[in-house]
Amino acid sequence: MKDQTAPATPRTEPIQSATFSNPINAEIRRAAATGIYDIRGGGAKRRVPHFDDLLFLGASISRYPLEGYREKCDTRVTLGTRFAKNPIELDIPVTIAGMSFGALSGPAKEALGRGASAAGTSTTTGDGGMTPEERGHSSKLVYQYLPSRYGMNPVDLRKADAIEIVVGQGAKPGGGGMLLGQKISDRVAAMRNLPKGIDQRSACRHPDWTGPDDLEIKILEIREITGWKVPIYIKIGGTRPYYDTTLAVKAGADVVVLDGMQGGTAATQDVFIEHVGLPTLACIRPAVQALQDMGMHREVQLVVSGGIRTGADVAKAIALGADAVAIGTAALVALGDNDPKWEDEYQKLGTTTGAYDDWHEGRDPAGITTQDPDLMARFDPIEGGRRLKNYLKVLTLEAQTIARACGHNHLHNLEPEDLCALTMEAAAMAKVPLAGTDWYPGKSGF
Amino acid sequence: MCGIVGLFIKDKSLEPQLGALLTDMLVTMTDRGPDSAGIAIYGSESASAAKLTVQSDNPDADFATLGDDLSKAIETPVTVTVKDTHAVLAMSADKIAEARQALPELRSDVKFMSTGETMEIYKEVGLPKDVAARFNLSQMSGSHGIGHTRMATESAVTTLGAHPFSTGLDQCLVHNGSLSNHNSLRRKLRREGIHIETQNDTEVGAAYLTWKMQTGSTLGEALESSLDDLDGFFTFVVGTKDGFGVVRDPIACKPAVMAETDQYVAFGSEYRALVNLPGIDTARVWEPEPATVYFWNH
Amino acid sequence: MQTFDLESQGLRALNEALHAQAENTNQTVWEVVNARGSHAIAVGLDAPIEVNVMGSTGYYCAGMNSQATIKVHGSAGPGVAENMMSGTVIIEGDASQYAGATGHGGLLVIKGNASSRCGISMKGIDIVVHGNIGHMSAFMAQSGNLVVCGDAGDALGDSLYEARLFVRGSVKSLGADCIEKEMRPEHVEILRDLLERAGADAKPEEFKRYGSARQLYNFDVDNAAAY
Repeated sequence: MKDQTAPATPRTEPIQSATFSNPINAEIRRAAATGIYDIRGGGAKRRVPHFDDLLFLGASISRYPLEGYREKCDTRVTLGTRFAKNPIELDIPVTIAGMSFGALSGPAKEALGRGASAAGTSTTTGDGGMTPEERGHSSKLVYQYLPSRYGMNPVDLRKADAIEIVVGQGAKPGGGGMLLGQKISDRVAAMRNLPKGIDQRSACRHPDWTGPDDLEIKILEIREITGWKVPIYIKIGGTRPYYDTTLAVKAGADVVVLDGMQGGTAATQDVFIEHVGLPTLACIRPAVQALQDMGMHREVQLVVSGGIRTGADVAKAIALGADAVAIGTAALVALGDNDPKWEDEYQKLGTTTGAYDDWHEGRDPAGITTQDPDLMARFDPIEGGRRLKNYLKVLTLEAQTIARACGHNHLHNLEPEDLCALTMEAAAMAKVPLAGTDWYPGKSGF
Repeated sequence: MCGIVGLFIKDKSLEPQLGALLTDMLVTMTDRGPDSAGIAIYGSESASAAKLTVQSDNPDADFATLGDDLSKAIETPVTVTVKDTHAVLAMSADKIAEARQALPELRSDVKFMSTGETMEIYKEVGLPKDVAARFNLSQMSGSHGIGHTRMATESAVTTLGAHPFSTGLDQCLVHNGSLSNHNSLRRKLRREGIHIETQNDTEVGAAYLTWKMQTGSTLGEALESSLDDLDGFFTFVVGTKDGFGVVRDPIACKPAVMAETDQYVAFGSEYRALVNLPGIDTARVWEPEPATVYFWNH
Repeated sequence: MQTFDLESQGLRALNEALHAQAENTNQTVWEVVNARGSHAIAVGLDAPIEVNVMGSTGYYCAGMNSQATIKVHGSAGPGVAENMMSGTVIIEGDASQYAGATGHGGLLVIKGNASSRCGISMKGIDIVVHGNIGHMSAFMAQSGNLVVCGDAGDALGDSLYEARLFVRGSVKSLGADCIEKEMRPEHVEILRDLLERAGADAKPEEFKRYGSARQLYNFDVDNAAAY
């Protein structure tokens, strides 16, 4: 008979596997139940080396800072100076990235236009064409030319202030898109010439050209149609930035838009978002090197996007060689996306504030990434525009604050030597010295 | 990414114009490939002689006494014809292998372009019209030729990165497109003992054909198997002593136009390349099908 | 009639002159000589004028055309009449790949053969090919009509949406989600009208109709292999 008074045998604590973690196992079960990969919106959620891993070296005795607010620190930038008769002149080097009508509601597009125009910068259409709301409220509008060519027409093309040929985007370089049926409303369906309610598949390659030699001819055609007036941007996802920047320039780009892996998307496979592409931080130096090797740095402008959130990010991207940045996700957050005031509703959708990424399902409580009339009505485009303008102002002031502290009278005078890195990874990717040293990985002489 | 031109002459009376026609075709394709240009020309066969075409960045120094030095080293007469940075070394066919071995010791900077009984390859960095002028391509005559203008994608703009690539005696390859498995294939081919000089994807395509033919395939069979073993986008044009062939990958996005008359068969990446050919207005013009090997032989 | 020598006057001047033609222009007929395979000839027109291009063209001839009638008296390079909105484009010879790509409206007639990807992503354009078409034609075609009097190559109508495909000859293979469909009287009427307008000597009754099986419209795990 067992002795009841003997001490219990020590037991091993249950240990969660780091490899087969609960989130991973949940994903395995989801895949097993549905037979389809997870589709979501947004950009990479995993931690990757980022601008936070860089710090600025302010001025003190060896260099002299500029007086905040009093001594000038210019923020203006001109995009498209290479071939276009009418380059785009912006007051601030922060632009709004392409986001489609369809992925976003009409009022949300309107708010982007209002906010950007008030702040003196440009906004960008997306997959699905140009809406009157957007054109009407954007003083500078970049028209995206995408593989799907949804809503593509020469009338809108000629209304654009610049044309952005989208080759890829950071969230899914090499991939197309997927807009699920819930969001193909009557209006979206009509603009895209698709049956209502279907899952819309977007192609990954353009239908009528492949490769830089063909792209050069495509650019010629678009310039001929638009009379060589407006700049042609080429947007690429961050994968092989040195070669892709080189080839975009050889093909005749006025501006290269480079989108790192933290860049958002309306909807694509989670596996794509998290596992394909380069962190934004790692994209900039190779692209700038390519421009410098061709003698084209600042001649062909570089716009960097993918995870830009603060004025510090703006300043760091410019210091590494960008001419301007573009924001997408941050602009949506400024408008009210993932706002805690909708927490109850996020909970009902099985998610929480800050984690809501089912932008493709059209049930956005904030009324931004939806085509549902009731949800859309929650969003006020005038108030949204004001919030975006405020946010853009803060980004600019923050970047100016840093530039002045580094002794610069123009944001463009920021340079890599103004930076140091907190981690080996960031030092290697940004090619700036590890803090307190004069060395970064890959540089000889250690 | 590039422009390709090719001309295979059926009517011998056109042979003296081969260089001039090809040069015009090549220069038309400048927009597709402004970085470098090259041409493989199948000229006259000299009695019992084979030709080794080599390149040097210091041609004056390297080529001055090369004929004598090589002649001594391999104990056979060698005649040298210098054309700008290239030199054609003619000798008896059975001495070619020995010459290839001896050359690096005599002139460490000299690079091999091609070997052949009739084929010579000329290629350099620069605009196609400048490259053509350097080698006086327009004065060359021959039975057929292939030209290429290059827009480098992922490898360096160098002489050795320019096309055509030699794949064996009298055989060459040019490419428009971008291969996606060339790194793995390069490692495999190097293990098989195939010499590959550059990081260029097309050189791997050329080396692949060389390897297939060394292991018993005909060129046609090698091209057929390339459709299975090469991944990515490609339009290939290959030259042989007797003719030339064309193959496109199964997706076949990269452009290709062909024209045939009683006098010639011509290839161009764009129709523009063909517009000055005699009788083009009445030629049969068509596009080669995907994943299909075409050949024209004398 | 206005004659324009592309070689001596240049592409920019040509397109500038054609763009300057308003709706009520009296310079209604243009002839472009020395086309010589050049790209982007007569692109982005938006007036009811007639342009005759003498000789063969390069990429994107008649791209984004509205209203104009453009005739190519030769063959057309890649992407002829791409994204056409309205008007008529007639190719006397053959057309290279991507003919009529993403076209929203108007009529494209190819009297010879069309190469691969004819009518790719078409969005309302009508295309009539007197000869054959190449592989991957009507890939992701959304709406409009593609009429082929000859044969079709591999993977016709892959990932098709609502475009109607009519083929008189053989089809080498059908793409994913493309099936043969019944030819109803309304289809015969559409076809009769298109054949007539395209000057094609063929009878509607000789054609078969192909369309979308609509199995890929909403994801179904049992169709996953087709993605």
